[in-house]
Order: sequence, then structure tokens, then C-alpha cells
Amino acid sequence: MREPVSPLRVLAKGLLLFAIFNLVFAAWAPAHLGDLSLYGSVFPGRLRLPFGEDSQHAYNLSLFNLDAMFSSQVLAEGVKPQNEYRVIVIGDSSVWGILLRPEQTLSGQLDAQGLATCDGRQIRIYNLGYPTISLTKDLMILNYAMRYQADLVVWPVTLEAFPFDQQLASPIVANNTEAVQELIAKFHLPFNPHDPTLVQTNFWQRTLIGQRRNLADLLRLQLYGVMWASTGVDQVYPTDYSPAQTDFDTDVSFDGRQGPALDQTQLAFDVLKAGEREVGKTPLLLVNEPILISAGKNSDLRYNFFYPRWAYDQYRQDLTLQAGLNDWNYLDEWNLVPAGDFTNSAIHLTPAGEHLLVDKVKTSILSLSCR
Amino acid sequence: MTLADTLLLIGVAGLLGLIARPDRRLYFLLGLSALAVFAFQPALPIRGLDFWLPTATLSVAVIGWALTAPRALRTWRNTWLAALILGTIVLALALTRYINLPSLLTASLPPQIELVVVSLLVISLLVFLLVRFTAPGKTLLSLASLVIIGIFLVLKTPALAIWAAAVLRGLNGQSTRTATAQDLSWLGFSYIAFRLLHTLRDRQTGRMPPVTLAEYVVYMLFFPALTAGPIDRIERFLTDLRRPLALTSEDWSEAGKRVVVGLFKKFVLADSLALIALNGTNALQVRTSGWTWVLLYAFAFQIYFDFSGYTDIAIGLGRLLGIRLPENFAAPYLKPNLTQFWNSWHMTLTQWFRSYFFNPLTRALRSAKRRLPTPVTILFAQISTMVLIGLWHGVAANFVLWGLWHGAGLFVNNRWSEFTRPRLGNLPRTWTKALEVGSTLLTFNYVALGWVFFALPDPATSWHVFLKLFGLA
Repeated sequence: MREPVSPLRVLAKGLLLFAIFNLVFAAWAPAHLGDLSLYGSVFPGRLRLPFGEDSQHAYNLSLFNLDAMFSSQVLAEGVKPQNEYRVIVIGDSSVWGILLRPEQTLSGQLDAQGLATCDGRQIRIYNLGYPTISLTKDLMILNYAMRYQADLVVWPVTLEAFPFDQQLASPIVANNTEAVQELIAKFHLPFNPHDPTLVQTNFWQRTLIGQRRNLADLLRLQLYGVMWASTGVDQVYPTDYSPAQTDFDTDVSFDGRQGPALDQTQLAFDVLKAGEREVGKTPLLLVNEPILISAGKNSDLRYNFFYPRWAYDQYRQDLTLQAGLNDWNYLDEWNLVPAGDFTNSAIHLTPAGEHLLVDKVKTSILSLSCR
Repeated sequence: MTLADTLLLIGVAGLLGLIARPDRRLYFLLGLSALAVFAFQPALPIRGLDFWLPTATLSVAVIGWALTAPRALRTWRNTWLAALILGTIVLALALTRYINLPSLLTASLPPQIELVVVSLLVISLLVFLLVRFTAPGKTLLSLASLVIIGIFLVLKTPALAIWAAAVLRGLNGQSTRTATAQDLSWLGFSYIAFRLLHTLRDRQTGRMPPVTLAEYVVYMLFFPALTAGPIDRIERFLTDLRRPLALTSEDWSEAGKRVVVGLFKKFVLADSLALIALNGTNALQVRTSGWTWVLLYAFAFQIYFDFSGYTDIAIGLGRLLGIRLPENFAAPYLKPNLTQFWNSWHMTLTQWFRSYFFNPLTRALRSAKRRLPTPVTILFAQISTMVLIGLWHGVAANFVLWGLWHGAGLFVNNRWSEFTRPRLGNLPRTWTKALEVGSTLLTFNYVALGWVFFALPDPATSWHVFLKLFGLA
């Protein structure tokens, strides 16, 4: 005869097992859980890194697990073909392509050109932009991406990514403490490795309960693979949006400073230099990305919402100087795109605006790939 | 209901199962169910409506009792405690308006106490008049049924709901231009209406057992089954309610199992599938036939796990409270034909329609002077029943199409069974098994295709998806 089940004993055993699972999980701290991915096998890899603020409609989400982010990217699919010349493009939201479909972005349009190197290798372009502005964030992504055997790195930047106080503030940087601390140590970056902005997790936060949000995000990323594969949608495309601001008040401050001199010691040129060291012998093309030059009220004081003229002009001089001193491959395309080809921000381009930039970057890529 | 709401309910039910003295269970349940009506009512943009609708729910339940209770039970001695509990709860919740704390039991700030007192007095007077001067006569009961159906129609017909919302907004001094059908989201009314109609009709036919006010209101508002059923029958519910509460370890185990399974189905499986289930937006974005099938199957399983998960939780909670709620699902997607599917999908709803619509209609058609041929009778009864079930979900073209789809399917299944029964009786066992597997797959896909109408907002989008499913768009 079966013994009657005691619900209290079942409950007690269940709770005990749950506690043990939690403790084992926290102690084990599986480092590369994010590598488990259905992308590249069941679903095609994403054409840009996962990012989304309205997951339900964008079929995309923001998460902080670099392994999971890269595992879902088309870059991580299989082994690099021998006849491929691999170009990765890192940068901010203008590279990721806010309001643009994947094929309309800088990377998408470059890839569609079907470029080839002088020795006949096919040039493939991968979009590794991520929509927060911080050079350290770009460096962190570059550091991870180099394992995918890039032949050329394209790095569009803008002044807003340079101030020191921007560097660790990006949530993806703040939540990848170990990776950032390694970069700080490796390149002697002038940041405090124990900066309170960097999120520290204690033992309890590493338990299943403490990690429930991150684990749920990993699962959701896989589930949204169905929607990515079935629709090709990875962000919300509103039918209307507020265009970038072109009228301003008389405020000419930048990053809390009124000018007239831009304090170079407060700009993260060290991170750019670290990026150059990170890629080693792989060529790196630095691009000062196009900005909106507005012609509205007080546009004699400001170029756009981000930049007063005094600050931006000095930044351009400084960047050009640094590029010359360090012998960087540098393109300054700040005024390439007419005001009508910006969308909802002073750095977000329309497909036509991207096309203008594509023509410039393409020439440099072809030139660098044939060296 | 959110996960937090559900966990709260589980805690409350477990506590009640542990501490409630058997003789006081009824009144504990009455108080808790009345509180749950207020606590789970979602916030509404029309000022005060998220307080008035739960109050109306309680009032409708009390009026339902007044209309159906036999004279012997309509005494003050039998009703005072239940009336006092209900009145106290409404007044106490109304008084939270004057406490400077965020209320946990009402969706927003309750209306002024004077208004609530006056309303309670008006409702009490109405109930008093019904109890004192009426008997459960056929005309009055039919009239009450019509009123419930009328309210139901207003709530479920988008144009009427918007009109009613605009009227209420106007009375409240709010803009009528922003009125929407969602302004009148009345928690649990769909299920309460079925229970009311069941008791009113059973009173008419003399099958309704004598019930006290407390028992009747607990049956109407039993909190585990308030928002998603199952729709129990009152005579069965009372058998459990009147039995002393003595939970065994088997009750605890079974309840725990059902609740855990229900939580997993609802909050893990259904909520995950919801991310990829077919809907009005992705129906227009999906690019290939194959992926359209994937989204459709995701919807089919999402709606099943969502609904059956809630049912499991309700049954588990009911068990902790000594009430064995009826099953609502019995592996419906594993059934070999549509008739069996409908005998195992939302079973309490189909049983309700069978008892109060399909059977009376079929009897009427068969006993009519000019008798219709049997197939025509079956076709008419099945189509009209399924269309009505469709309309219960909302008065919209797509729900009518969904009803027609299933009505037609049931008719074809009925005729096919009649045709094949004498012919397929002697098939070898392997053939029978293969036929059963094939039939199950066919039935599942027929049901899944029917969900196209259910998941999408209009016939044009549904047609587009049908074309896409078969590679024609």
C-alpha cells in the first residue's frame, strides 16, 4: 500500500531543494550561460546587437549579457569563411540605426554594395553599434568583438561620447563591471575600477532569485528570435516622430562648461588610443560622424541640441590633431549630411543621409583593405 | 490578475483552510469574495466607476437572491449577518477615501461617503421591496434575465459600450470624446451573468434549491472562480459549501499540485508564448507561410495554457476552501474530433449552453408542428449555439465567424460520424489507431485555424492570414 503523502513534508523538501539550487547556482556562477543560443541554428542571427525599449512591439530587448548579445548576432554564426574580408562597425545609436531598418543602416548599405578587396575577398560588414554614447562602451564591445577575427574596424564617434562623466554611465557598461575593470587594467584607463557607478553583485544577487531578471531576459531573447525570424522587425518604426531640434535658446554650455576653451583633460582620448591598441595590427578607421548643422534660432551659437559651436569646433581640431599625431586612419565627415537628412536627433540619419556617408566610408574601406 | 494577486489569493486561501472554523467558513468566504470583487477590479478612467462596478456586482448578486429565494428563507433572521457583512465592507472601503494611505483594496480613490450611503439605502430599499412584495414569478424572472442579457450586450458590443461610457463620462463631467469600450471593464461580469441566468432559469423551472443570502452571494462571487470560471452549478456548489470543512492531506497535496501546475502554465508557458502568439500587429508583419503557422500554433497553446492555468489555480484554491470546482479542460487538443474537443474545452461553458440553449432549442425544433429534417435541425442548433458562444466573447464580426467556423465543423463532424459509423466499425486495430492520430491532427489544425478569427480584430486581417497560411499571399 502507498503511504499517504504529507503535504508539509513535500513543502519542506521543495523549499530545501529550491534553497540548494539557489546556493549552488550562486556558488557556480555559470559564466557563459549567454552562449547558449538558438540564433544561427534555429533562427538567423540578428543584424544588429539586441536593444529595445518597447520589447513587445520591437521584438527586441536590452540586456547586459555580452555573451548572449553576441551569440544572437549574425557575426557569431559559424566559422569565418576564407574568402571573407570582415569589417565590424562599432559606435552609438547612429551606427545601430535608430528608426532605420537593418538594411538601411551604414553597415547594411555598405554590405549591400557587394564590395570586394583587391585580392578578391568578399567584404562583409557587421553592425556592432549600440545605442548609448560612450567611448568606453564602444571599447568594451570592440574588445569582445575582436575574437571574431575582424580584418578592419570602423569606429564612428562624436563629441558627446568623449566626456569622462559619460564613460561609465551607460547601463551596459555599468552592468559589465568585470569587463570594464579588465579594460581599465589592460590599458591603464584613467577611471576608478571601483567607481560606484559600476554595479557590484554580492553572493545573494548571484542566486537564482537574484538573477531572475537576467535569466528571464536570456529566455526572452531566444523567444523573440521567433519574431525576428518571422518578421525581420527589431525595433519600432513609428509613423511620425519629433524631428531633431533646430531652434535653441542662448545657452552655450557643454558638459557643464561655458567655454571658451574645451578642457581636453576631461575628454576620453585615452579610450580612443586604447581602441587603437586593442585592434593591434588590424586597421581601424576612425570617423567623426555627421552632425546636424541647424539653421534655426540661435544656430549661430549652437550647431544642434548637443553641441555649442565653440565646443564642437575645438573638439574637431583636437581630434584631427590627435589623429595626425598618432597616425590614425581618420575621416572627418561632420558636415557631410544636409539638415533635411536627419531624423529625431542631431546624429540620426535618414537612409539617404546614410547613403552619403556610405560613399565616403566605402572608399576608405576599399583603400584600407587593399593595403 | 497578476502573479502577485494570485500569490496573495493562494496565501489567503491556505490561511483560511488552516484557521477557519467550519461553521464560520461561509461568512469568511462571503467577506473575502466581496473584498476580492473590489480588490481585483482594474482602475478605470471614469471617476469612481472602479468602485461603483464592484458595488453593482454585490448589488446584482443580492438582487439575484431576492428574486430567486423562496419565501421561507426571506426572513431577517436568515439574512441579517450576510447583509451586515456586505454593507460594512462597502462602507469600510468607501471610508478609505479619508485615510491618507494608498488603498490596497480599491483601484482608485472611492467616491464620497454620502453618495455611497445613499446608494446603499436605495439598493436596500429595492431588495426590501422585492423580498417583501414579490414572489419568484415567471414574468419577473424573465424580465430579470432580459436585463442581465441587456447589460451584457451593452458591455460586449463596442459601439454600445462606447456610447454607455460617453453617457457615464458626461454624467461625471468628464470629456465624452475620449470614451472607449475599455472604460467599462467590469471585472467578472461575464461569469457572474452566467451564474445569474442559471439561477433565474432554474428558479423558473423549479430546479433551484433553497439558498440563503450568504450562500447565494458566495456562489456568485466565489473569489477563486470570479474572473475566469469555472461556471459551477449552484446545487453542486452548495453540497460542498454546506459540508464541514475538514481538509485532509490529500486535499492539501492535490490543491498544491493544481496551484503549482496552474502557476507554471499561466505565468511561464502562456506568458512566454504570448510574446510570439499571432495578433493583429504581427499578422501583417510575418513574411512566410511557415512562420505564420508557428505564430498561430503559439496562439493556440498560449490561450490553452493561459485559460487552463487559471482554471487549475481556481480549482486548487477551491480545494483549499473545501469547494471542488468542476474541471474546465480535459486535454482538448488531443481529441480526435470536434465534438470531443468541445466536450473538453471550457467544459462548464459548453455545458451551460447545452443546458440552457442547445437542448431547449433542439427540443423546440423537434416538437414543432412543421418538423424540420434532422440534419437541418442539427445544423441550425449547432450553428446558433456556437455563434452565441462566439458573441459571449464580444459582439464583433470575427467572433461570429469563429462561431460559424465551429458550428459548421461540428455539423460536418456529426454527419461524417453518422456516415462512417457503420462502415469503419471492423477496421484492423492499426488502422483505427492511425485514423485516430490523423483525426486528432486534423481536429487540432481545424481548431487552430479557427483561432485566426479569435486572435485577430477583423475579417479582412483574418482573410489575409488565411491566404498567408496557405502560401497565397
